[in-house]
Amino acid sequence: MIPDVGYLAMVTALVGAVYATIASLYGFFKGEERWVNSARHATMTLAPLLGLSSLTLIYALVVGDFQLKYVATTSSRDMPLFLKVTALWGGQNGSLLFWSFLMASFTFIVMLRRWDEDRELLPHVIFVTAGTLVFFVGLTTFVANPFEKLSFIPPDGQGLNPLLRHPGMVAHPPTLYLGYVGFVIPYAFAMAALVTRRTDPHWIRVTRRWTLAAWLFLSLGLLLGGRWAYDVLGWGGYWAWDPVENAAFMPWLTGTAFLHSVMIQEKRGMLKVWNMVLIILTYGLVIFGTFITRSGVISSVHSFAQSAVGPLFFSFIAVTAVASVATLLRRLDDLKSENRLDALLSREAAFLLNNMLFITLTFSVFIGTISPMVSELVTGEKITVGPPWFDRVTAPQFALLLALMGIAPLMAWRKTAAQRLGRSLWWPFLIAVVVVIGLFLRGVHSWGALLGFLLVTFVGVTTLWEYVRGVIARRRARGEPWLVAFWRLAGRNRRRYGGYIVHLGVVCMALGIIGTEFFQQDTEGTLRPGESLEIGGFRTVYRTLRTYPGPGDLIVTEATVEIYQGDQLLKTVHPKREFYQNTQQTMTIPALRSTMAEDVYVLLTGWESGGATATFRVYINPLVNWLWLGGLIFVVGTLVAGWPDFEAERRMVMPRLTIAPQQV
Amino acid sequence: MKRWWLWIGLALISLLLVGVVYAQGGEVTKDDINRVAKQLYCPVCENTPLDVCETQACADWREQIGELLAAGYSDQEVINYFTERYGDRVRALPRQAGFALWVWILPVVGTLAGIGIMIQLFRRWMGRRTVATATIPVEPSPVRASSDLPEDYVARLERELREWE
Repeated sequence: MIPDVGYLAMVTALVGAVYATIASLYGFFKGEERWVNSARHATMTLAPLLGLSSLTLIYALVVGDFQLKYVATTSSRDMPLFLKVTALWGGQNGSLLFWSFLMASFTFIVMLRRWDEDRELLPHVIFVTAGTLVFFVGLTTFVANPFEKLSFIPPDGQGLNPLLRHPGMVAHPPTLYLGYVGFVIPYAFAMAALVTRRTDPHWIRVTRRWTLAAWLFLSLGLLLGGRWAYDVLGWGGYWAWDPVENAAFMPWLTGTAFLHSVMIQEKRGMLKVWNMVLIILTYGLVIFGTFITRSGVISSVHSFAQSAVGPLFFSFIAVTAVASVATLLRRLDDLKSENRLDALLSREAAFLLNNMLFITLTFSVFIGTISPMVSELVTGEKITVGPPWFDRVTAPQFALLLALMGIAPLMAWRKTAAQRLGRSLWWPFLIAVVVVIGLFLRGVHSWGALLGFLLVTFVGVTTLWEYVRGVIARRRARGEPWLVAFWRLAGRNRRRYGGYIVHLGVVCMALGIIGTEFFQQDTEGTLRPGESLEIGGFRTVYRTLRTYPGPGDLIVTEATVEIYQGDQLLKTVHPKREFYQNTQQTMTIPALRSTMAEDVYVLLTGWESGGATATFRVYINPLVNWLWLGGLIFVVGTLVAGWPDFEAERRMVMPRLTIAPQQV
Repeated sequence: MKRWWLWIGLALISLLLVGVVYAQGGEVTKDDINRVAKQLYCPVCENTPLDVCETQACADWREQIGELLAAGYSDQEVINYFTERYGDRVRALPRQAGFALWVWILPVVGTLAGIGIMIQLFRRWMGRRTVATATIPVEPSPVRASSDLPEDYVARLERELREWE
């Protein structure tokens, strides 16, 4: 009964979305405001409708209405409550409904804003957002229906895939989806600006917070995914260049480029075409990302044709890509740069280089991601493109980006004198060289790692100095104590200093990545109680093994391992294996001992005769916690950069009104 | 025992042979197996490296790697052995031949194209310098109402401020 209500709500939403798309277009062509208004109201009904629909599905999952096919495949009686709720996004159909709900909610908020200054953009924004919803809700209504019923009622469900049964499951998919969905809004405004020829930076200014929020959620989603993989999947790492990971990473890359590039258009009226290209790419990659996550097409071409979802997604991406590019080409003349490039050593040139690097990086990742599928299509035999390939191809590009991140903020708009730049850069570079020499003398001989450390130190010092320099100036001017000056400086110029904080976060993350990529060690061995494995100066001693039942169909086998350094016992840890009897799936859960210097990561990989012997794999992951710390700093920085500064914004608007009227 | 030197010679040679056998095989540790398995992918599972794959089939394959290593195969020879039997999909690093060559070439082509586009854009943008720009002219206004700062100081200030941002 209740799921039927949900189905009805979903279908009504589809009808509403179709109406909104048509009405907005009709209102635009006829120039009739009331049709556009009607479309706006219709769009606003979508969020409550899809919210209701999602709630009924959650209800069915929690209550255990196993006649619904979706509930039968993703839920089971013995799952804890929070997992039953998260099953909403545990399977394809539910997650597509959830995606639609998030999209509708964001669109709702956008519809609520004041449209006085840019009324002409409204019909097109509605068309794009409602149009996207037509596709997704159309999918869930006709092809991937979460409310589909079975002809019988199973006594119990299969339950969620064990891989997904952890707290990381709560946060990772929703944040990722919020990131995806958030980028649709700037895309909609960009298309509206193109069609209505309002190609001044207005559309960028009004969508700036949306872009930042979407980017923040996407970054957070990626970080959470990495941490979840590290904590739960038990292969000693956090990123495997898996197609699904790459599918989320690519829009992040183009999104980051977009985020930076729009600054140029705001300040100097340049790179307009680039910004359009970047947001069109981001939108396409967002849809592509959602599609890849939910279908297995990258792994096997055969799964592509198994359900209609694959070809439909593909068509949608193709259609929107063609339409976007066609619109862009038609309006190319409106996107002429207002200014010229004055010098190669300028911030504008640095941003152009930035865009280029991000795009070639995205292209490389794209090639690596689709090549297995393409090779299967072309040669009939599938190849694997694994981390060694990605590391080799992307590392130089990442290195260049890191270097650019340190140098570009020091460049001035229009032109920087080379001497001036040199004066700011020589001493951080010197410090970096000294550090590298020190590391070399202490035994680090890998060129890649040394270069990495050089860049990390260089960029870290330059970015930190930019911040500290501002704090010093402030103290000199106002005599504030350090912490106050530090805080107020960021508060006064949030975009700039928030950006510096984000860059510092990136530097810390780079440090963690260099540590694990170049210096990870691992060993595996079978031990009797009392025996130990030695690695990286640590000794892991196997003590006991026990097996006990967990909730539902779970059986846990847990070992007790002591980690020593020299004679000192550092920590006692419990690596374990979880076995789910219903699905015959095993999860190997690591046990960690973490410091900023490294992680000791212990896995129980096998045992014999109830613990007479047990096999362990121990990884040493140097500097890995800098990655997570860096991620935290990154998030804080983004919040600082995006935090509304109502006073400053009022100040910004007022002078524009009092000065002589200029064309906007 | 007339030809005692023959017996000693034989004994020495046997010892040598034994030594050679030991040097070749020796004890193959799990770490040795993992070293090779890391470079391979499970032939049946999706996107799972062979050293972490937990299926029985993968465990068997890892044992097979151990046997090959003990028999004296080098790392690369083991990889080739698996590739011959299960296809290119077991290699983590695509071959630099056949279709897989494209996987290596395309990123390079892409980067070169990117550099080319950038050079073109730089040329185009720097070639035509506009006279009318949106920036504020430098000369300080002749009317200075309440300022008691020297003129050249003000001019320098404005110049440096423009350079700043």
